[in-house]
Amino acid sequence: MSDADYFRAPVLANDTQALRRRLENTWEGEPGIRGWLSTVDHKTLGIRYIVTAFVFLALGGIEALIMRLQLAQPNQSLLSPEQYNELFSIHGITMILWYALPILTGFSVYLQPLILGTRDMAMPRLNAFTYWVFLFSGAFLYTSFLVGAAPNAGWFNYVPLSSQASDPGFNIDFYAFANILLGISTTLSSINFIVTILSMRAPGMSINRMPIMSWGTLTVSVGSVLSVPAVSLAFFLLWLDRRFGTQFFKPESGGHPLLWQHLFWMWGHPWVYIIVLPALSMVSQALPVLCRRPLAGFSLVALATVLTMMLGYGVWLHHMFATGLPNISLGFFSAVSIVIAIPSGVALFAWLATIWSGRPVFTTSFLYFAGFIVVFVIGGLSGFMTGSVPADWQLHDTYFVVAHIHYVLIGWNLFPVLGALYFWFPKMSGRLLDERLGKWSFWLTFLGINLAFFPMHLLGLRGMPRRIYTYPPDMGWDTINLIVTTGAFALAVGLLLTLVNVVLSLRRGVLAGPNPWDGDGLDWSVPSPPPPYNFAVIPMIASRTPLWERPLSHSYELSSLTYGYALDQGKEALSTTTLDALPKAIVKMPEDSLAPFLLSVVLTILFAALMIQSWWLVILGGVVGLAITVGWLWPRRKLAQTAGTLP
Amino acid sequence: MRSHPRYPSSAVPALPWLAALLYSTAARADAPLGYLSGNGPRNVNHLTWGLLIISILVFVIVIAILLIALWRGWWQPKITFPGTAPVYDPPGGVRAIYAGLVLSVLVLFGVTVWTVATIASISSPPQKPRLTIEVTARLWWWDVRYLSDDPAQTFTTANEIHIPVGEPVSFVLKSPGVIHSFWVPKLTGKTDLIPGQTNVTWLQADSPGIYRGQCAEYCGLQHAHMGMEVIASQRPRFVEWRRKQLLPAQTPTAETAKMGRAVFMQRCSICHTVRGTPAGGVIGPDLTHLMSRRTLAAATLPNRPGFLSGWIADPQHIKPGAKMPMASLSGPELNQVRDYLQTLQ
Repeated sequence: MSDADYFRAPVLANDTQALRRRLENTWEGEPGIRGWLSTVDHKTLGIRYIVTAFVFLALGGIEALIMRLQLAQPNQSLLSPEQYNELFSIHGITMILWYALPILTGFSVYLQPLILGTRDMAMPRLNAFTYWVFLFSGAFLYTSFLVGAAPNAGWFNYVPLSSQASDPGFNIDFYAFANILLGISTTLSSINFIVTILSMRAPGMSINRMPIMSWGTLTVSVGSVLSVPAVSLAFFLLWLDRRFGTQFFKPESGGHPLLWQHLFWMWGHPWVYIIVLPALSMVSQALPVLCRRPLAGFSLVALATVLTMMLGYGVWLHHMFATGLPNISLGFFSAVSIVIAIPSGVALFAWLATIWSGRPVFTTSFLYFAGFIVVFVIGGLSGFMTGSVPADWQLHDTYFVVAHIHYVLIGWNLFPVLGALYFWFPKMSGRLLDERLGKWSFWLTFLGINLAFFPMHLLGLRGMPRRIYTYPPDMGWDTINLIVTTGAFALAVGLLLTLVNVVLSLRRGVLAGPNPWDGDGLDWSVPSPPPPYNFAVIPMIASRTPLWERPLSHSYELSSLTYGYALDQGKEALSTTTLDALPKAIVKMPEDSLAPFLLSVVLTILFAALMIQSWWLVILGGVVGLAITVGWLWPRRKLAQTAGTLP
Repeated sequence: MRSHPRYPSSAVPALPWLAALLYSTAARADAPLGYLSGNGPRNVNHLTWGLLIISILVFVIVIAILLIALWRGWWQPKITFPGTAPVYDPPGGVRAIYAGLVLSVLVLFGVTVWTVATIASISSPPQKPRLTIEVTARLWWWDVRYLSDDPAQTFTTANEIHIPVGEPVSFVLKSPGVIHSFWVPKLTGKTDLIPGQTNVTWLQADSPGIYRGQCAEYCGLQHAHMGMEVIASQRPRFVEWRRKQLLPAQTPTAETAKMGRAVFMQRCSICHTVRGTPAGGVIGPDLTHLMSRRTLAAATLPNRPGFLSGWIADPQHIKPGAKMPMASLSGPELNQVRDYLQTLQ
């Protein structure tokens, strides 16, 4: 084969049934269990991410309900202190790490290729690998329950409480290894998003025409790549301290416990933005469709998203205001913590302007987005209050902050996610969710969250500290705690209704058609559910709202959705330039493969072996893992590619 | 989809809670750890209240805008999906965003200045403190040591800190084990006690009273029961209290107390100190003047004979995981030890 064989100009073609049949044959996955384990289709993987993350949400939710039963009345002994401590630790860990980002990753894995107008993620096998590692890291974490050694030093895992001296069991090691394993998944999936968004956009989708949701995903992907190493390192050092006698965090020999807090929050605070910004960008993506107008202030919102992430790196010390810092640090970090409200405000004003000047359609997903704004504002304002150091010295580590974090995580993450579920479920399943059941679910959820978490502000102002397994009756907290517990169950019932809705609608829902909400993005130009190849021809994009060009008459040119690059000689996609999205190369997409699944199994076993320090198993795992990696990366002529130029 | 039934606005459920917030913070006398009322120059009620009021105002304004926007939307002709829904791009949205941006920048800038000014004003006491107290956080109680240049004036107590009113008191905060946080909400915010680092803080009570404190950093099994009390009294009363604390323990005269003393020396003195006796353990709290304190087990139980017996008989029932083991005393021994402890006035 000569070099010339690699050069090929892609053919422009019309979207025809013949082309679709050809693509179907090429892109169809294998059937059976083998196909199930080896698939690399971003749509399958995205749904798996979403389902798995919801399972973790359910687990974390059940843990929360048990804790709320314990706290419903003073001096109860439903749980022992150790059980309570394990529950609140695993609840926080599950929700923040195994639910909050993976659910957004799931929506992004499913939607990004569709809204960008491409056929899959840039690295489909890596995509499968990151999913399996995420799944197994969660299973690894929950194994700790089965062996009776669940993490018990909180999700923040402060040293020395988590040191070997005060916590000699495997509890903390489970968390450490599960966290590092998840960190691998997060980092790799972030890299995959960055490459996909920067180089796989449909031709013509220049950076300023990129959908707002891609801005969210791109921003937090860069954020993850830069911040996850801090926490992985922290857990690695902690493991060395715990098992090999190093002294990173031990004050008696020159280490310092605060080093842990710095490393942890250097990741931990950016993480808060990482797990909300993609959710906010889903609102910015979907809300305008339901308001029948493009997003107001698109560029401002995109800039605000990036700015929030950047400022998010300068606020970690506000978790440490009480640790005895010099005034100059307090002043600086306090100022940034207050100023970060500005870009969040920009997004808020943009949504308000969009609803105000648009024509809102009161569907369930719109209700979730409108309700989200209420919750968003409460969470933002309580955050603004804790940003002020002297006030935070009081608010810190009381239920005020518990209220704040739940308004942020439920308000800024779960509500947008539920709105997005009602919005994109038809795309994923081909069927609409039931609106009546959806509205019941919304009102119960909305009442539930406000009943469960608003009174927590009062508990905080009345001085109830966080992380206490019980409390005496004479503190003025009894009634409020009972209300909180009631609200928690209302919230749970609301969420359960959505689950019922999903199960029923999967079978009996009204058929959606390709574009049930008359949306503007490329995701609505393909059938529901989309075929394995997404787009029969790669569309050519002329504006930010390709499906709304005619009614808006924004652009002189029109996007071409049914005439474009066919790319039907094997599994192929198009790579484009970063800023202008000019066609750059034909990308050969990989076949399904068992390698990602097998490698993630081996990696998990390797981590378990490290944890129990079974060195022969470590070596075996390393060798087998290396062999699988070699097999995965072995060059194949079929996938050969050079930088082809287009005529 | 057909036209939609009407729903009340989504903000309505939040409003009763807002009213509840204002009401409950007003009726706050029944919350010993509540921090919206307090006294002394180091409390920051003005700032906390200020931020709370700004937040409530912003909330009301934003929700009003949202409600009006929804109201406007509600009365427009209903849209049917899919297919025929109109799309348009009205102007003016960006201007509204800029207006909101400018307003919020002004407010946030003001708050930042206020914050920094407050930090500066409370970072050091108004005058040099005459009294320094070293607080060491243990699992799960507070070791309280009154420092003095004169060793004869130095003494140790636990879980109850007496201070004179109207003057700043300096605190040196230490922890040998894990991280805790020193917090007396009505007098001062939190300062952590961190192994390998000595933090200092100060507080001042302007009116006499009992101010409850609590460990605020999660510190393990009994974080929930790591309370304390700060008792502020006029200086003469404080001086009198200190004079009594400096005395060694009295020798018991009653027969059962004497027997209890013998049991105590045998079974309890490894961990507890009673000054003026051979008991010199430093693992548990100093019990020299146990009966002068209001509470037991780090403000977990009131200091009454029944509770005292119950605590000695089975600490693990009351504070599971506490470092005080069950001493397995016989019934008579238990009563004798209790009688002895009750002589430690």
